[in-house]
Amino acid sequence: MVKIKTVNLNLFYGSFKALSNINLDVKKNQITAFIGSSGCGKTSLLRCLNRMNDFIRGVKIEGEVLIDGKEIYKNVVDLTNLRRRIGMVFQRPNPFPLSIYDNVIYGPKVHGINHQENLMEITKKALSSVFLWRELKNKLNDSALDLSGEQQQRLCIARLLAVHAEVLLMDEPCSTLDPIATAKIEELIMELKKKYTIVIVSHNMQQAARVSDYTGFFLLGEMVEFGKTEKIFTAPKDKRTEDYITGKFG
Amino acid sequence: MNPKLSQIIAKICLGLAMLFTISILIFIIIYILFHGLPILTYQFLSSPIQEMGKKGGIFPSIVSTLYLVITSVVVATPLGVGTAVYITEYTKKNKITDIIQFGSDCLAGIPSIIYGLFGFTFFVIFLGMGWSILSGSLTLAIMMLPTIIRTSEQAIRSVPQSYRDVTYSLGGSKWQGIKNIVIPKALPGILTGVILSMGRALSETAALIFTAGMSIRTPTSIFSSGRSMAVHFYTLAREGLSLPMAYGTASVLIISILFINFISYILMNQYLKKYS
Ligand SMILES: Nc1ncnc2c1ncn2[C@@H]1O[C@H](COP(=O)(O)OP(=O)(O)OP(=O)(O)O)[C@@H](O)[C@H]1O
Ligand SMILES: [Mg+2]
Repeated sequence: MVKIKTVNLNLFYGSFKALSNINLDVKKNQITAFIGSSGCGKTSLLRCLNRMNDFIRGVKIEGEVLIDGKEIYKNVVDLTNLRRRIGMVFQRPNPFPLSIYDNVIYGPKVHGINHQENLMEITKKALSSVFLWRELKNKLNDSALDLSGEQQQRLCIARLLAVHAEVLLMDEPCSTLDPIATAKIEELIMELKKKYTIVIVSHNMQQAARVSDYTGFFLLGEMVEFGKTEKIFTAPKDKRTEDYITGKFG
Repeated sequence: MNPKLSQIIAKICLGLAMLFTISILIFIIIYILFHGLPILTYQFLSSPIQEMGKKGGIFPSIVSTLYLVITSVVVATPLGVGTAVYITEYTKKNKITDIIQFGSDCLAGIPSIIYGLFGFTFFVIFLGMGWSILSGSLTLAIMMLPTIIRTSEQAIRSVPQSYRDVTYSLGGSKWQGIKNIVIPKALPGILTGVILSMGRALSETAALIFTAGMSIRTPTSIFSSGRSMAVHFYTLAREGLSLPMAYGTASVLIISILFINFISYILMNQYLKKYS
């Protein structure tokens, strides 16, 4: 089932065309990876999917983005609800300078949930989903900034789960982590796909090959090739994809 | 010259500059306290001003100063922080924000007597507030604004964009992000500005003589006239009424400023521990 679909999507920063004619299907409960060299537009595309580009000046977007079959740019959409459903994990773990508990309940509070018991229940559920509950249940009032990078990134994911996100957009979520931490986060991502639809940007081709079900290869604002990850990595159709994954450039 | 030698010389020069600055500061403080502390009795702090300040104490000036500083901070802080938030979060950087910025920086450089004149014509005469704590405080508030805006703006801009993005990506609004994360995170910087400008209000004379007046009575409300400690000190010293009393007043001023800075330093450290 298709969760997110883009149709002839173009994106301009001023007069610079950063994305050109992107047609993409993100399947529900699957992990879709975007790979490609720096500056090819992966982040830009990711930010189109929950309309985070609205905040950047001079951005113009053409074409369509459909979430569950519903166009999100032309129709009148509830942006608050859209962004709640399509959560984002950033490159650098960025917990708020608050306690662990306050980080998790930040989103629910923003949405007007104030009941202490409910909030505790939400926290427990969200932290359990990212396998932090057992470690942290007695430290909920400690500062989130004292956690390790890996724990911080898990916490950032938990923050999204606490508002019942459906899609997790992850922009190079492991790029500041060491290999062991990266492996653990990858494990978590694969676990989360049972319940969530995940789109992950990665600079690391092995990572994309390891975790994703579908892969899109981007070059200079175009999606050169998109398909099942095994296909892309074993039998790419396009010469440019082959060059990139065999390390001839990138 | 060999690098090692020049390194040593540079270090010595910088050290001397530091030593020089600190000594002057300490000298001034010690000089004033040396002359003023003998006067500082409970009597001095709690008695009315008598014979234009030759006798008695400075109780009315202490009250006036408190009134002036508190009222001006209460007026200037929301205005200044509000302006800073608006400039940083709600407008794009363009000609108009540059002009606001430029205007506000110019305001910071205007001599206080000019503010006094403005306060006099506008608040005292035009709005009919008379010589009063209110006129004085509003004038002080205008003087404080540039500092508060500047420091708040810097503090707000230094909050990482990603915190705002997270709020959006959780479905929060811009205002929720500002209220819940941006302002708390920028608070130490904002407070620094407020405290700096409190120092300015405490030590202001020229603008206040024109607006708050020189009454030696204890103000009973913000509509009374009153002379702040700085104004009282200025009068005592300039008119040669009583140097010991002048030093006594100056000591109270200096001690208050040191005290405010000390308290804010402690608060800020605690806050930073909690929030970063
Ligand atoms: N706010 C912006 N204004 C103007 N140009 C931008 C902006 N953001 C990105 N770009 C340009 O758009 C192109 C695509 O950028 P984008 O960040 O989407 O690439 P990316 O694939 O995520 O790169 P990286 O791997 O380095 O993160 C780049 O050439 C970049 O310089
Ligand atoms: Mg990127």
